[in-house]
Amino acid sequence: MGKRSDSRTTVEQKSERELVVTRTFNAPVRIVFEAWTKPELFMQWWAPKSTGVPLLSCEMDVRTGGGYRVAFGADASTAMAFFGKYLEVIPNARLVWTNEESDDAAVTTVTFEEKGDKTLLVLHELYPSKEALAANRGAEDAMPEQFEQLDALLGALGANVGRS
Amino acid sequence: MSVRLDASFAALSDATRRGVLEQLGRADASITELAGKFHMTLTGMKKHVGVLEQAGLVTTEKVGRVRTCRLGERGLDEAAAWIERRRQLWDARFDELDRVVEEMKRKEKASGQKKR
Repeated sequence: MGKRSDSRTTVEQKSERELVVTRTFNAPVRIVFEAWTKPELFMQWWAPKSTGVPLLSCEMDVRTGGGYRVAFGADASTAMAFFGKYLEVIPNARLVWTNEESDDAAVTTVTFEEKGDKTLLVLHELYPSKEALAANRGAEDAMPEQFEQLDALLGALGANVGRS
Repeated sequence: MSVRLDASFAALSDATRRGVLEQLGRADASITELAGKFHMTLTGMKKHVGVLEQAGLVTTEKVGRVRTCRLGERGLDEAAAWIERRRQLWDARFDELDRVVEEMKRKEKASGQKKR
């Protein structure tokens, strides 16, 4: 079976605590890595318009032990911040950071692998526990409209299946 | 897993197919009955049911000359739906990142020199 042609991103749950996202970019590693590590570039893509929540600010001190802070929201009064620190930084190869705004947040590892003149990017989220992953799942209310529709539909279907 | 999910989402992207699922949620139906309800040709409805079947959302059974459709056991459970939402988020982000790296490549070319 083919994948939908409009999607080159795969997401797989590797275990009860791990989620792995992969995508290949049509650019050399040094360019892709730069786009992850320079705030002015990072801000251009991290909050896609479709999510409806703009990025307000982004500070990153990209070195092992350095911190970052990313704020989302329409304005400062309603802003929501995500922050943590870099556990490992290997230029043009690997980034590892923590999320410290919640006890349930994952440690994220991103690897950049040169494939000819393309870059294979693998993003790995490791949650502190199975329960933490489940909590993250439950807390995710910012669903795009189509998913709300889908959930409603599937909910109705589920109820009907149960009844029959 | 992601391929199967893709099939589910493709199956659900169509209004007629969602309607068919709702209909089958109320009662099993033959392809002929479904075609009639949705004012479609038999061939058209067979195609839609085929897509839903492929995604595991519908099962069919042929008894005599009548093919009866019913809802598949498998829906998208909460976990699968969450993974698909994550995929959509990363996909949207990475489409933007694609745009950014293209721009960076273009600038680099224009400046006529490699940075490193």
